[in-house]
Amino acid sequence: MNEQQQTLFQFMSQQADKLGMQTLQHIGLTFISLFIAVLIGLPIGVYITRKKNLSGLVLGIAGVLQTIPSIALLGFMIPLLGIGAKPAIVALLLYALLPIIRNTYTGITGVDAAVKEAAVAMGMNKWQVLFKVELPLAMPVILAGIRTATVINVGVATLASYIAAGGLGEFIFGGISLNNTNMILAGAIPAALLAIIFDFLLSLVQKLNFKKIRGAVKVAPILLLLLSCLYFIPSAYGGKLTAGFTPEFMGRQDGNLGLRSKYGLKIHTIVISDAVMYKAAQEKELDVISGYSTDGRLKAYNLVVLDDDKKIFPPYYAAPIVRTDALDKFPDLEKTLNLLSGTITDSIMTELNYKTDYLHQTPERVAKDFLVAKKLWKPERGGNDGIVRIGSKIFGEQYILASMYSMLIKGYTNYDVTTKTGLGGTKIVFDAMTNNQIDVYPEYTGTGLLAILQAPAKMVNALQVSKDSTYNYVQKEFLKRYSIKWLKPIGFNNAYALMMREKQAKELNIKTISNLKRYLESK
Amino acid sequence: MIKVEHLVKTYGDIKAVNDISFEVDKGENMVLLGTSGCGKTTTLKILNRLIEPNSGTISIDGKNILEQPPELLRRGIGYVLQNNGLFPHYTVAENIAIVPNLLKWDKAKTQKRIDELLEKLHLTKDYLNAYPTELSGGQQQRIGLARALVANPPVLLMDEPFGALDNVTRSKIHDEFKALDELKRKTIIMVTHDVQEAFELADRIALMDKGKIVQIGTPAELLFNPVNDFVSGFLQDQRLQLEFKSIKLTDIWEHLSDTGKKTNTSSLPAETGVWDVLENFKFYPNETLNILNQQNKEFKSITFEQLMLAFSKYKNLQPHE
Ligand SMILES: Nc1ncnc2c1ncn2[C@@H]1O[C@H](COP(=O)(O)OP(=O)(O)O)[C@@H](O)[C@H]1O
Ligand SMILES: [Mg+2]
Repeated sequence: MNEQQQTLFQFMSQQADKLGMQTLQHIGLTFISLFIAVLIGLPIGVYITRKKNLSGLVLGIAGVLQTIPSIALLGFMIPLLGIGAKPAIVALLLYALLPIIRNTYTGITGVDAAVKEAAVAMGMNKWQVLFKVELPLAMPVILAGIRTATVINVGVATLASYIAAGGLGEFIFGGISLNNTNMILAGAIPAALLAIIFDFLLSLVQKLNFKKIRGAVKVAPILLLLLSCLYFIPSAYGGKLTAGFTPEFMGRQDGNLGLRSKYGLKIHTIVISDAVMYKAAQEKELDVISGYSTDGRLKAYNLVVLDDDKKIFPPYYAAPIVRTDALDKFPDLEKTLNLLSGTITDSIMTELNYKTDYLHQTPERVAKDFLVAKKLWKPERGGNDGIVRIGSKIFGEQYILASMYSMLIKGYTNYDVTTKTGLGGTKIVFDAMTNNQIDVYPEYTGTGLLAILQAPAKMVNALQVSKDSTYNYVQKEFLKRYSIKWLKPIGFNNAYALMMREKQAKELNIKTISNLKRYLESK
Repeated sequence: MIKVEHLVKTYGDIKAVNDISFEVDKGENMVLLGTSGCGKTTTLKILNRLIEPNSGTISIDGKNILEQPPELLRRGIGYVLQNNGLFPHYTVAENIAIVPNLLKWDKAKTQKRIDELLEKLHLTKDYLNAYPTELSGGQQQRIGLARALVANPPVLLMDEPFGALDNVTRSKIHDEFKALDELKRKTIIMVTHDVQEAFELADRIALMDKGKIVQIGTPAELLFNPVNDFVSGFLQDQRLQLEFKSIKLTDIWEHLSDTGKKTNTSSLPAETGVWDVLENFKFYPNETLNILNQQNKEFKSITFEQLMLAFSKYKNLQPHE
């Protein structure tokens, strides 16, 4: 526990720059959107007290907006507003609208009718009644709404990092994908503190008496504007090219950290989720992105992979891994699975992924078309010499591979096959294998090395030099520790990669990461 | 001063105000009396255009109010509500200064006027920076009155102004109300459902029922010349007390005999109502009281028995219903 705190503290002080920047961005995002939400919500709230028959509709719409899951709302924003601050602010302000509109409405309708009548009867016009009577008397309720909206915004703003708008979500989601507790806490604790502090401060304002509230309400817009500006301070720098990296990539030695230390690459970087990164690159919002080298979107969006000439990305060569007891039980299995070996290159795998992910062909069809083209396909024998259990993780490439293996086994041997596809992530599928629920599934050398064997950093550095050393190491260790055998690599390497738009890379004559660095440093 | 003709206000099928006409003279205190829901409030609010009538005309000082900008009209008409309608977020001083601020008076003038009113209403300056909720009901009502009077409007509208007060406070405020010189010059229309209050404060009463005025007249006229059973029925319960309140010494002067025993105490004016004279006998029923009739300069000294005798002789001469 103590050690944990210690290292968290160390992490935070190491990353103080980033932490400070993310916190400022977070506060900025929260308050820009809050400010705009007040500018929009308050007049709407007032308006529907005047047009009561609209109130149900307006409150209904604002209510529905709030029930849209945050990630989905951010997703809707991308086609409309791209990535970055704009869509994040719009999404946040949509969430903030409901409490502000609702509380303005209830606050104003809750003002004592006798007081309103007295105001009118003394000769106030409708604006004077609004500004001198209704708004001041509704102010505690309106402030309560703003308070709710602030807390909601602090929370939702963590998601802004998905669409490259920054904020403490960068640490939180980076930490989640890296399974780095300190990183998660370094983002989550300040975010929670911000929520608590703002909530507390606003509760103080709410408790002020009317006279002081009047004063407070006057300084509020200025304060909001100042807080909003915080967002722009850190992002007020630019660069020749803009990179978008996933939170996971940002925190990895075989990711951005390595790019900095080994290549000395300095590029204006924003953090973004994998889901929108490729599209943002295609739409020229980003120039360089971190992706997977066999992702179908490479082809879909005309991107090229930059050569990792200093070999910082460990190889992720795919190969079937099999329980040794299954190899004994099914003597024909190994040579059948090895039929695929060497047939699928990076570009072929990309092409196949493209067919499932973008052309929406079924994995079975893609698998069969490929085998037929390679003249590997044979009709099913309908054998019954036992059943081979094939597993896969929950993404397209693995489904395709699982289908291919299933077809090969049925065509070349007398075994039957059951498939257990969609077994979540590495941990789930690997546990299924060690618990003897599946016999075989496709795995990647890098995953075996880092996620399963959890090899120490020194070892990783040593092995990174060549693809063979990694393969040899994992093969040896898997046999020893788990009695699982790595068969021959299929051929492609689904590793991290930096990619750019093909056209831009050509124009700038950038083929390798070193080329990129040189371009960035040239005047 | 105020002339209302054929006023009609309907809410769907409900005729809240159904063809009402009346006139109020300058300086007069007209009370709209009737049970709850008979249309008093609606009538009153039409006068400062809080409610727009379906039809009818209203003129104040000969000017059609429906042709004036409502805000300007209202700044010239004082308005007092049952639940005072003070702004809870304004101090007492700020509450009273609302209309002067709307009229853009300078600060010194407003302050002077507030001080003057506070004194007349027996409120100390300590209250000026208090918020309304820190005051008692009676004090709040006085502030409500001060707020309505501050800009010296010639017309004052009051909707059950004392309705929310307990009996003791109410009768105290009634006395202050009658004594306040500011109010003597004003044309007042006051709404109440309380017969006693109406008789105590009204110059004339308009008794209303179901959106119509049943009878307009002085309290005595309503008591002794009711136009129908509704009017006499309405007053029946508190008849004796009302009679004491509505009959003045001048009315029964001729029936009062003089004992000739002049005491050295001061004398009551003959405009005093019988009720108030009785109050003077309350503590010393065996004493004699001096009374002075300013009109004919007559002076009498009377006992309790003589007062009661004169009162019943006067009543016997009134037409019986
Ligand atoms: N805004 C309104 N909508 C519908 N009916 C109303 C409204 N205001 C008053 N009324 C009706 O008009 C009638 C007269 O109301 P009001 O003038 O308030 O009576 P009072 O003041 O004598 O108690 C009542 O029957 C009341 O229900
Ligand atoms: Mg009423």
